[in-house]
Amino acid sequence: MNRSLVLAWRNIWRNKRRTLISAASVAFAVLFSVSVSSLQKGGWDRMLDNVVRFYFGYAQVHAAGYSEEQTIDRSMAMDADRMREWEGALGGRQVVPRLESFALASTGPATVGVLLSGIDPEREDAFTGLAARVVKGAYLQPDEQGLLVSAGIATDLGVGVGDTVILLSQGYQSATADGKYAVTGIVSFGSPDLNKLMVFLPLAEAQYFFGAEGRATSFVLDLEGQDEVPGALAAMRGLLDPEVHEVLGWEELIPDLVQARAFDEAGSVIVLIILYLIIAFGLFGTVLMMTKEREYEFGVLIAIGMRRGQLTGILWAEVLFLSLMGALAGMAMALPVVAWFQVNPIVFTGEMADVYEKFGVEPVMPTVVDARIFLVQGATIFLLAAAMAVYPWLRIRSLSPVTAMRH
Amino acid sequence: MSMIVTTDLSRTYNPDTIPVHALRGVTLTIGSGEFTAIVGPSGSGKTTLLNLIGGLDTPSGGRVLVGGTDMSRLSGNALIDFRKNHIGFVFQSYNLIPVLTAYENAEFVMLLQGRPEKERRERVRALLAAVGLEAHMDRRPSQLSGGQQQRVAVARALAPRPDFILADEPTANLDSHSAENLLDMMARLNGEEGTTFLFSTHDQRVIDRARRVITLVDGEVAEDVRR
Repeated sequence: MNRSLVLAWRNIWRNKRRTLISAASVAFAVLFSVSVSSLQKGGWDRMLDNVVRFYFGYAQVHAAGYSEEQTIDRSMAMDADRMREWEGALGGRQVVPRLESFALASTGPATVGVLLSGIDPEREDAFTGLAARVVKGAYLQPDEQGLLVSAGIATDLGVGVGDTVILLSQGYQSATADGKYAVTGIVSFGSPDLNKLMVFLPLAEAQYFFGAEGRATSFVLDLEGQDEVPGALAAMRGLLDPEVHEVLGWEELIPDLVQARAFDEAGSVIVLIILYLIIAFGLFGTVLMMTKEREYEFGVLIAIGMRRGQLTGILWAEVLFLSLMGALAGMAMALPVVAWFQVNPIVFTGEMADVYEKFGVEPVMPTVVDARIFLVQGATIFLLAAAMAVYPWLRIRSLSPVTAMRH
Repeated sequence: MSMIVTTDLSRTYNPDTIPVHALRGVTLTIGSGEFTAIVGPSGSGKTTLLNLIGGLDTPSGGRVLVGGTDMSRLSGNALIDFRKNHIGFVFQSYNLIPVLTAYENAEFVMLLQGRPEKERRERVRALLAAVGLEAHMDRRPSQLSGGQQQRVAVARALAPRPDFILADEPTANLDSHSAENLLDMMARLNGEEGTTFLFSTHDQRVIDRARRVITLVDGEVAEDVRR
C-alpha cells in the first residue's frame, strides 16, 4: 500500500480512544439516518404501492382534459381493436378499462359518497388481484349485476353480502343514474383511503347505470414497475393524438401523494442535516486536535522535504479513514436492523392505528433495504470528511517549520 | 570547492516592534566534506544560522548560496524539494515519525524523492548497519533509546545522499556513551561518504571532534578556527 496511506492509517491509531469515540459517533449517526430513511422510504413505497399498484396503475390513458375535470362526460369510446393496438405498442402489457364517477350509496338510513368504478372483472383481477381482496362473499362476474363494496363503505352503510344498496349519480351527458344492487362481495384494501371510497360494478353494468354504453373514463396500463413507465409513456404518446387523449404517469395521476412524500422527505432531510452537523462538529474537534497537537511534527516533515500538499493529503486520508470506518460500522449495524423490519414490519395497533388510518395511511411501517440509502450516507460522510480537511489544509499552508518546531 | 556561502547574512526578529538582531552580517564559506561546529553561548545565533542555511527561515539581509543556488530565490515546493534533495537535517529531539519503524524512518526522505525500492532497501540497510541498528530496524522510535533514535535520525538524513547535513545540537539529549558513539559514526560517515557536516553545539565533545570551529557571539562571527 502507498506509504502515505500507511502513515495515515497508523496515525489515526495513535490515540485509539479518541479514534474509536469519533468513529462511533459517525457510526451511530449513520445507523440512525439509514434506519430512519429506510423506514420512511419503506412506508411511502408501501403506500404508493397500495395506491398505484392496487388502483391507479403506473400510467393511464384518458380523454384529453379528464385529469383536469374528472367527469363522466370526459369519457371516451371503448374499442376492442384499439385496445389490442395499444397492448401491441406496450409489448403485450394489458390495458385495463374503467368507467368511474362519484355516486351516492344508500341503504335508506345511511348514505355515503363513493367512487363507483365499472371494471372488467378479469382484467382488473389480473392487474390488481382484486379477487384475492374479497374478504366476504364472491368476486364480480362480467355479466352479473352484483356490487362489490369496500370494507369501510360496508361498515359505514351497515351492509353485508346479499344486502341491497341504492346508487345515485349523474350519468353521461347529465342523464340521471340510479340503480339498486345486491352486494355480492366485500373487499378490503391496505390503503384506508381506498377502503372508505371504492364500490365496483362490472363494466357493462356500470356503462348501463351511467348511460354511457361502450365508453370508459380511463385505461390503466398494466406495467410491472416504475422502470417501465418512461417507455410506456413514450410508446402511447407516439401512438395517440394529444388533442384527443392524455397519457399520464403515476406521478401526474397522484400529485398530492407525490407532494406529500416530497414534503415528508424534506422534513427528514432537515433532521438528518442537523444530525450530521452535530456529528461534523464532533469530527471537527477531533481534526482540530489531530492538527494542533502535531504541528511540531508537521514542521519537521516540511523541513525534511515533504510538500505541504502531501502532508495535507495524509491528514485528509486520516479524516477519511476515521469517517469511513464509522460509516461502514454504521452501515453494518443498520443492515440487519433494516433487513429485519423489511421482513417483519412494525404494525401499529389500537389508538396509534386509528391515528394512522385517520390520515389515510396504512398502520404498517416496513423498512426497505435500498443500496441508494446506504450510498447516500457514504457520500455524505465522504463530503463531511472532505470539508473537515479544509482546516488542516489552511493550517499547513501557512505553517512555518521554524515556528512549528520552536513550540 | 565551496558548498555553502553566506554573504553579509542577517536576521532580525520583530523589526517593527522590539527588534532582536539574531544575526548581523555573517559571511562564511563552508567547503565540501568539512566537519564544522558552530559554537557560541545561547542566543548567539547558531540555530538561526542553521535555519537560514537550511532554507527553513528567510534572511532579513544578505544571502545564502548552497552549491551555487541562491536560497532566497526559492520558495514553496521548489524550496522544499531543494531541501529534500540537497540537505539532511538532524535535530536535537531526533524528530522521528513515531508511527514508522526505524527502517521506514530512515527510508522516508528517499521515498519522498521517489527513489526505486531496490535502491532504497540497499541504502537504508547499509546505513542502519553502519549506525549499528540492523537488529532494530523493525522497531518504532518509542522502542529505541535516545541514542538509537538519534542514530536513526542520522541515517534518515544521510539516506538520500544530501550535499550536506545540518545538525542542531545533535548530542544535547544523549548520555556521554551515546554521544561518543554518534560522533564516531558521523565522523566515519564524513570520511567514508565525504558528506559535509555542519553542527551547532554547546557540547565540548563535538567541538573537540570538529575540524573547524566557528564561534558566534551576539550574531556575529567572533572566531573561525581550522584544525
